Amino acid sequence: MKLHIEAEKKTGAFSLKVNADISGNRIGIFGDSGSGKSTIVHLVSGMLQPDIGEIFLDGECLFSSRQGINLAPEKRRIALVFQHAMLFPHLSVKTNLLYGYNRCRAENKRIRPDALIDLLKLQPLMERGVQNLSGGEKQRVALGRAVLANPRLLLMDEPLAGLDDTLRFQIIPYLNCVGEEFKIPYLFISHSLTEMQLMTDRVLVVNKGQIAEETTPEELARSRMAQSQNGYLNFLRLADPLVQNGLFAYRWGDNTLLISDGKNNTQSLFELSSRDIILFKNHPEAISARNLLVCTVKEMFNSGGRIGIVLSIQGKILVAEIVHAAADELNITTGSNLFAAIKASSFRRLD
Amino acid sequence: MNLTPEDITAIWLSLKIALTATALALPFGFAAAWVIVFMPFKGKVVLEVLINLPLTLPPVVIGYFLLLLLGKNGWPGKLLAASGVSLIFTWKAAVIASAAVGFPLLVRSIRLGMESIDKQLIEASRSLGASWYDALLTIIAPLSLKGILAGSSLMFARSLGEFGATIIVAGNIPGITQTIPLAIYDYASSPSSGTMALSLCLVSVIISVAVLSLHEILGSQLDRKSRL
Repeated sequence: MKLHIEAEKKTGAFSLKVNADISGNRIGIFGDSGSGKSTIVHLVSGMLQPDIGEIFLDGECLFSSRQGINLAPEKRRIALVFQHAMLFPHLSVKTNLLYGYNRCRAENKRIRPDALIDLLKLQPLMERGVQNLSGGEKQRVALGRAVLANPRLLLMDEPLAGLDDTLRFQIIPYLNCVGEEFKIPYLFISHSLTEMQLMTDRVLVVNKGQIAEETTPEELARSRMAQSQNGYLNFLRLADPLVQNGLFAYRWGDNTLLISDGKNNTQSLFELSSRDIILFKNHPEAISARNLLVCTVKEMFNSGGRIGIVLSIQGKILVAEIVHAAADELNITTGSNLFAAIKASSFRRLD
Repeated sequence: MNLTPEDITAIWLSLKIALTATALALPFGFAAAWVIVFMPFKGKVVLEVLINLPLTLPPVVIGYFLLLLLGKNGWPGKLLAASGVSLIFTWKAAVIASAAVGFPLLVRSIRLGMESIDKQLIEASRSLGASWYDALLTIIAPLSLKGILAGSSLMFARSLGEFGATIIVAGNIPGITQTIPLAIYDYASSPSSGTMALSLCLVSVIISVAVLSLHEILGSQLDRKSRL
């Protein structure tokens, strides 16, 4: 997907001025509320017109003030997923799902309803009224509805912000598999660094109505490590643990990780803060932390007065965070060998 | 209850006029509400004031304006006369009077219904491939159904009670333009017809209660349907 947007828009006291060439399939738009993220969504979807500028999607002109072109929203084939599911309350789940599909031209009908219903596990909901669905179910139906319109671009405007943490991480795999299975490129709008890390490959950082930076989610997370409440978050997808002395033992590369809050017979996503990793120069004799990993310093980076240490642990990567004084004391340089201690309770299971 | 054949005619005529006026005003009321709620344009206040004016003007004044417009010297009246149509002092004039007086009530209710629709629902439908009139038919109209229903029953009930404007443009001709309120007015003017007036008053109450009950029942059915 290639999106070219060069637009100015003034609404009241707020003014947006963006100029970007975006290419890729998993693009994040990151920024605080009021930064102009949603205005970008509205401009691209056609719900708002720029005062001046032009928008091209895969070479097709959607808007051009110079040429007097303004393609109607329904002709853009850009589907929206909102923060609140916005299902049509007077229609059943099935009719909601097929709303866009039925309006899609035959030659564009690439994704079939049955395949999608299977993928999103919507079958049990089909005959229900939309008022009787839980928040997570509603968002799944909304996602399905947007995908079935067979759009060439999906705009997801904070689709997880209205859900609590548990639901949020239950929906993320669905969002991901829609992208993988059906190859629909998307713009993912959010103010959550975690969501950027889990959902996107490239990120545009929007600030005060301008694109402040274009980066990768990894770089973004590293640059915000010091100021972020939880430091840098490492994400680990682990599966099929064995239970040992009340702890869950997961295979992670050639190592075993002992985790307090595991889950049997399934795959789980864990989050580990860079601040919960303690580094030792030499092997500590006896420690209470249940995980002690041998690692090599692959890379070091500065982030707002803290030092991020990228650790290579037999091919796997973790990012730890230390202060300058600690780095000096441990005399860490790239290539140093260290021991990383992590408590079993530091891993937070997300789904 | 004691009803003369003229009374029965007045009752039927009242129902006919109220129903026709409501049916006639409905598409315009829907369009006006839609324009006010969904179309951004300058001078919207002027339109709103114009639409709501009959609500605050004395009905007699509206009747008088209609008489000026539809009479021999008004341009719409001339236009109609040229094509052989004369409205003044017919039941059709009563329909127009009722429609004019009830219109703001209709628009107000439909507008409230439309304003309660989340704009993102319409954005969703447009992004899913619905043109503006497709969204109007499949999203806006069904979701403002309650407002349409409330507006229609309010307007129907208001039309049944229309007096001031009707008596000026349609007169009070028994069997032709005499509706329930006009018949009651006639009875009330002669001291001997107290019971006759009361009978028609009773009929008025019964019809009003029936209309409001129907409105409540349909409204709660809609609610139940949307909860399913």
